[in-house]
Amino acid sequence: MTVSSPSRAEPLLRARGISKRFGAVQALVNVDLDLPGGAVTALVGDNGAGKSVLTKTIAGIYTPDHGQIFWQGEPVHLHTPRDAARLGIETVYQDLALADNLDIVQNMFLGRERLRSALLDEDSMERAAAETLANLRVTTVRSIRQPVASLSGGQRQSVAVAKAVMWNSKLVMLDEPTAALGVVQTRQVLDLVRRLRDRGLAVMMISHNLNDVFEVADRIAVLYLGRCVAQKPSSEFDRQSVVQYMTTGGEIRMAPGEQAAGTV
Amino acid sequence: MAGETDPLATEQPPLSAGDLPAELPGELIAPEVAALEVPPELVAQSLGEYVRAWGARIRGGDPGVLPVILGLAIIAVLFQIVSPGNVFLSAGNLVNLFQQSAVFMVLGMAEIFVLLLGEIDLSTGYVAGLAGVIGVQLVQPVTTNFPWWVAIMAALLACAVIGAAQGTLVARLRLPSFVVTLGGNLIFNGVMLWALLFGPFSGYPTLGDQTNPHVLYQLMWGTIDPLIGWIILTALVVVVGGSFWLRDSRRRRSGLVAPPVSLTALKIVLIAVVGAAVVAICNINRAHFGTIEGVPWVILIVIGLLGLWTVLLQRTRFGRYIYAIGGNPEASRRAGINLVRVRTLAFVLCSMTAGLAGLLYVANQGGASNNFPGGQYVLYAVAAAVIGGTSLFGGRGRVLHGVLGGLVIGGINNGLYLLGLDVKVQFVVTGFVLLAAVTIDALSRRGASVGSVAHI
Repeated sequence: MTVSSPSRAEPLLRARGISKRFGAVQALVNVDLDLPGGAVTALVGDNGAGKSVLTKTIAGIYTPDHGQIFWQGEPVHLHTPRDAARLGIETVYQDLALADNLDIVQNMFLGRERLRSALLDEDSMERAAAETLANLRVTTVRSIRQPVASLSGGQRQSVAVAKAVMWNSKLVMLDEPTAALGVVQTRQVLDLVRRLRDRGLAVMMISHNLNDVFEVADRIAVLYLGRCVAQKPSSEFDRQSVVQYMTTGGEIRMAPGEQAAGTV
Repeated sequence: MAGETDPLATEQPPLSAGDLPAELPGELIAPEVAALEVPPELVAQSLGEYVRAWGARIRGGDPGVLPVILGLAIIAVLFQIVSPGNVFLSAGNLVNLFQQSAVFMVLGMAEIFVLLLGEIDLSTGYVAGLAGVIGVQLVQPVTTNFPWWVAIMAALLACAVIGAAQGTLVARLRLPSFVVTLGGNLIFNGVMLWALLFGPFSGYPTLGDQTNPHVLYQLMWGTIDPLIGWIILTALVVVVGGSFWLRDSRRRRSGLVAPPVSLTALKIVLIAVVGAAVVAICNINRAHFGTIEGVPWVILIVIGLLGLWTVLLQRTRFGRYIYAIGGNPEASRRAGINLVRVRTLAFVLCSMTAGLAGLLYVANQGGASNNFPGGQYVLYAVAAAVIGGTSLFGGRGRVLHGVLGGLVIGGINNGLYLLGLDVKVQFVVTGFVLLAAVTIDALSRRGASVGSVAHI
C-alpha cells in the first residue's frame, strides 16, 4: 500500500522498511518515507499511529529493529541524536526543549557552546544567534538576552526552530509546531516553515491540524497503526481522503458515498 | 487557504551563519512591542533608564540580591544601635564577624552547586566536619606529621570521593538527593567521630605551634601586611575592573547587549570602594594589647573562591550546563549534555567546597572536637544560599548569594551574641530570616510566571 515518490532525484532522506517494536506494541511496520529537500512533508496520522516513534527514529533517539535509513543516498546508522545532528537533522519537539531560566542565546547554543580559551565565547554566540533570528525574520523579541520564560508561545516556537536551523541543518522535523498557538502566532510559525523550505531545507511537520497541513505542505505522508498508508504530493490529496487514510488506513475500505468518520 | 504566499520568503538568501549583513541584529529590537515584563534593563541605553528598568524588574518580581543587601543594611544599623557600646561596626568586631561568617559563606557557596541543579546536599555539615578532622589529624607532629598542603589536599580529596559517591547515587540511580545526603550526613558524623579518636589526643587534636599545624591555624587567623593588602586590592581592582571595562566596551562596539558606560564605571568604582573599605578596616589595629592588623587570609580565601566558582558557573560550559539542567533537564539531555557527569561533578565540587569550610572551622577553633555542630551547619549552608537569593527550585542563583547569605547569618549570630542573647534566640531569629528568604523566592517566582509577554 506504500506509495514511493517517483525517483526523479534522490530525496535527502529515504527510510526503507523501518520497523520498531516496544514489547507487545508494534509501533512501526515496514515504513517507507521520503523527505526531499526544499519541500515540506506533513506527517499525519491518528494518535498512536507512530508519528512520534518515526520522528524519534530519524532523530537518532530510537534505533529501528529493521529497515535502513539513507541520507543523500548513503545508508546511515543513527544511534544517538548526535549522529543525526552531525548529518544535519534537527528536531523541534512539541515541548520545545527550552530552558526557561536561560536566555535566547544560551538556549540556541545549548550543548554546542562556542569557546575561546576554555571560556564561553558569548560575543560570537550572541552575534550568530542574532543573525539567525534576523534571517528568519523573528524580529519581535526585544532582546536576545531575555530569558525564554518571558517569551510568548509563538516566540518560543520561533526560537526553538531558529535553534534547530542554525547548525547548517538540512532536515528539520517539527512536532506539532502550531498545536499550542493562537491564530496570529500560528501564521507566524507557518511563515517560518515556508522560509525554511525556500532555503532548500527539507522540513517534516507532524500536525493534527489539516488546515495547517494543506496550507504549507508540499507532500503528505499518512501513518495508520504504524504503517505508512499513503505518501504523495498534497495536490493529490483532499481533506476527505486524508481523513479517510488517517482513520481507516485506506480509501479502499471506504464504502462509496460513506462519510468519513473521525474529526481532525 | 493553501494558495497564500509569503512575500518575505522568496528573496531571502540561504541561511548560513557568518556572512550576513551587519545591520540585521538591530531589527531584533522592535520598539513598538513595548512590554515592561521583558527584563527592561536589556534595552536600557543610559544609566537613568537602567535604574528605572531595575525598579521595574524588582516590581515585576525579580528582586535579585536586593533583599539580602537590604537585610545586611538593616542588620548593620540595628545592631550598631542596640549593641552595648555600639561595637557592632567597630573594626575589631567587623573582622571578627567576617571570620565567624566565613564557614557559613563557604558552606553556602558549596550548597549552590547542587541547589542550581534542583538538588540538595544535606551532608555538607559533617562532610565539612570530617574534612576538618582529617586536616587536623594529618598535620599532627607526633603522628603522621604531613606537610600542611598535603593534609589539605588529602582532606579535600576525601571530600571529592564522598561527593562522587553521593553524586553517583543521585545522578546514576536517580535516588532523591534529599535522602542520599541525609543518610550521608549521619554516616559522616560517625566517620568524623571515629577519625577523631586516632592518635594520643583523646579525641581533641589541636593545631599547635609547629609549622604545619600553624599554617592550618593561619587559614583563619593569619593576616597579611597592611601594605601588601593595598597592593593586592589595587591589583584586584585593575584586573577585575579592567576586564569588565574591556568586555563591556567591546560588546558596545559590536552592537551586542551591554550596559551603559556609566553603569560599567559605577560597578568598577563600587568594587574599588568596597574593597578599599575592607582593607582600611582590616588595617586598623584591632588588638587590645599589641598589634593585630592587616587583611586576614580568610578574606582572600573567600574572595578567591568566590571568583573561581563564579567564573566556573558563569563562563564555562560546565557552569552553563548546571543552569540548563536546573532549568530543564529533558532539554539538556536532548542537547547532548551528559547529565550524569554534570550532576556527579556538581556534588563533587559541593563536597570539596564544604571540605574547605571544615578546614576553616578547625582553623577558627584551633583544633577539632566532637562538639562540631554539623547538623546545625548544614541547615545554615542551605539557609545561606537561599537567604542570598538562590532558588530552592533549581536554575536560579549565583555563588555570590552564598557569601551574602553567610554574612547575614554570621551577622545575626554575632549581633545577638553581643547583646548577650544566646543560641536559643540565634536559632529562632535565623529561622525566621530563612522563612522570609524562602517566601521572597516563592513569591518572586510566582510574580515572574505571571508577567510573561503575550506579543509575538
